[in-house]
Amino acid sequence: MKTLRFRHLLSALAVAALVLPGAAPADAQSKGTIKIATQSPLSGGQAALGEGIKLGTQLAVEKLKGNLEKMGYKVELVPFDDQAKPDVGVANAKNIIADKDIMAVIGHLNSGVAIPSSEVYKEVGVVMISPANTNPVVTDRNYPSVNRVCGRDDVQGVVGSEYAHSLKVKSAAIVHDKTQYGQSIAEFFKADAEKKGIKVVAFEGTEEKSNFDAILTPIKAKNPDIIYFGGIYDQAAPFFKQAREKGVKSKFMGPDGMDSSDLTKIAGKAVVGMAYTSAAGPASALPKAKAFVDEYKKKFGKNPEPYAAEAYDATTIAIKAIEDAAKGGKVTREDVAAAVRKAKLAGITGDIAFDSKGDRLKAQYFVLTVASDDPAKWGDNKIVKQLTIAPPAAKK
Amino acid sequence: MDYELLIGIFPQVLLDGITLGFMYALIALGYTMVYGVLEFINFAHSEIFIVGAFVGVELLLTFKAAGWLDVLPWVVVLVVVLLVGMAASGLLAVVVERTAYRPLRHAPRLIPLISAIGVSFFLQDAIRLVESIWRNAFNLVYPSMDALNHRFELTHTIDVSVKSLVVIVAALLMLWGLHNLVNRTKIGKAIRAVAEDQAAASLMGINVNRIISLTFLIGGAMGGGAGVLFGVQYSLINPYTGFIPGLKAFTAAVLGGIGNIPGAMLGGLVLGLLESFAAAYLSLLTGGAFGAEYKDIFAFSILILILIFRPKGILGEIVRERA
Repeated sequence: MKTLRFRHLLSALAVAALVLPGAAPADAQSKGTIKIATQSPLSGGQAALGEGIKLGTQLAVEKLKGNLEKMGYKVELVPFDDQAKPDVGVANAKNIIADKDIMAVIGHLNSGVAIPSSEVYKEVGVVMISPANTNPVVTDRNYPSVNRVCGRDDVQGVVGSEYAHSLKVKSAAIVHDKTQYGQSIAEFFKADAEKKGIKVVAFEGTEEKSNFDAILTPIKAKNPDIIYFGGIYDQAAPFFKQAREKGVKSKFMGPDGMDSSDLTKIAGKAVVGMAYTSAAGPASALPKAKAFVDEYKKKFGKNPEPYAAEAYDATTIAIKAIEDAAKGGKVTREDVAAAVRKAKLAGITGDIAFDSKGDRLKAQYFVLTVASDDPAKWGDNKIVKQLTIAPPAAKK
Repeated sequence: MDYELLIGIFPQVLLDGITLGFMYALIALGYTMVYGVLEFINFAHSEIFIVGAFVGVELLLTFKAAGWLDVLPWVVVLVVVLLVGMAASGLLAVVVERTAYRPLRHAPRLIPLISAIGVSFFLQDAIRLVESIWRNAFNLVYPSMDALNHRFELTHTIDVSVKSLVVIVAALLMLWGLHNLVNRTKIGKAIRAVAEDQAAASLMGINVNRIISLTFLIGGAMGGGAGVLFGVQYSLINPYTGFIPGLKAFTAAVLGGIGNIPGAMLGGLVLGLLESFAAAYLSLLTGGAFGAEYKDIFAFSILILILIFRPKGILGEIVRERA
């Protein structure tokens, strides 16, 4: 608890530090400052993915802020660390809505954090564009300020089970991490797998992070053809590693939470050949993203993690929307949110437009297999299937 | 209900439970020794445990980088890593006692407890800071040694891994050594004397501060050894990994009778078995209504029940006289 408070204080200080120089009448021409916030885990076990979101946004802001600066605005990026924890995300969100210069939020990584945080954004109508939240609830609430540029779990889970079916598996064990993301995608996978005649021999939730012996023993005895883990790589990797060490021979599979080079860093050869679905294609599958990848590598000295390209596109939409809103003379959060919903972008991850509830009209889904136990070769993972599927219509 | 499956996995669950139980027992020793001597719960012990695991993984990664893992026999590597991890944790425990507990020794009991919780948070974030600067990593992975991953397959459902055997053997050796140290040596006699009555012990020419430091050294070393074994067994550690095993080991110490060394071992075993059986059988027995996620309820329900009905624990008699 102590660490949390300390970090709240830090983020409050960071916000204060950014507000103070902005308040000073530095430039008579200036019409004020426009800030774009990111929220993603920058510390903890999922920091690799969260940092990718921040850096993708940073790249877009630096590249595209020119027009707004010409109009007389100062443009700034304000990164927040949500630590992948819902309470921290909500606390940050309260800071974000209190800062009237923040016109858009790019984030989050975790649906379980995005959902409560977006309840806060909604209070003042500040727009959130998510690069990574796949849980259906995110947009099913029909909030005018909540959008995402990635696909949905109710589609992704089905893509997964369809792939499993195409491998002719007859039985599956399903394990999930009990979060809003992991459990719900596991349930979508399970429902569709059962419909296709795959026998689900186990369905277990666990918050355990290190010792999976007791869960694995019954699974091993039942010897399913496939084990599906609904969750994030930092928990799934030791699970899969221990499974192989215990002599489990089943195929492994998971959703886009597996999509990080840390999966192989932790699990090594245990996950080679494992299949995972993703709502974010590897940059190599996106022809337009090549320039982005090169630039990212040059600037930050590493490969973009998954969702960095999505964050770049989300930021592009946000900046264009702010420009549109600024044409009216004064930028308001409502105008920005309305402009985002109407946006049409030929982005680096493909064409983006939103439906009435904020889902991407043509979201892409991928099935990939892990190519190598060398984390540096994560980008070589093979795409075995690529689909473009429209989101389900809004429920009334 | 699938009785064949229920019975089939029983020996494996039993074995996993025993492995886990010995791990808890080793960590529990740190709580129990300090409590025996000072009547104070060292809540920083779970971080002292995880520091051992971090020192172990750093050492193994260094060995791996130098190519020694392929050359040296794995027993030698393991013994060296264990000893270094134990030494590091033991020394850390001594430093913690000197800086955070000794100045508060005559303060009301609540004060050192709060100090311990503070040390615990401090150590968590200190590890995080060091590792993020040093390796730019949050999770650290124990390099795998092929010999340790070897399994003896007895039947289709039962197999014994070398890792589990290593944990059990190392734990038994450490417990046996500690038992002899406390009951058969002069130092042990001094520890027991300080546990019984500090003032009287000092009148008999025992340097009480030195004995207390020694108790922390031994308890911390046991925790550090457990940390290395934990890393070897479950491969992945991060700065916050120590918290839950630490809490469970504390429960084990209370269950067995805090301040009592055989009690800590018994408590650890009971808890490890209970947790393993709960995790493996809950969903099988309830047809999926309850799953493995409820396993921890058992550990902590036991803690509450013990505190209400038998606060002295299973083996505990008159707690203050034990070390």
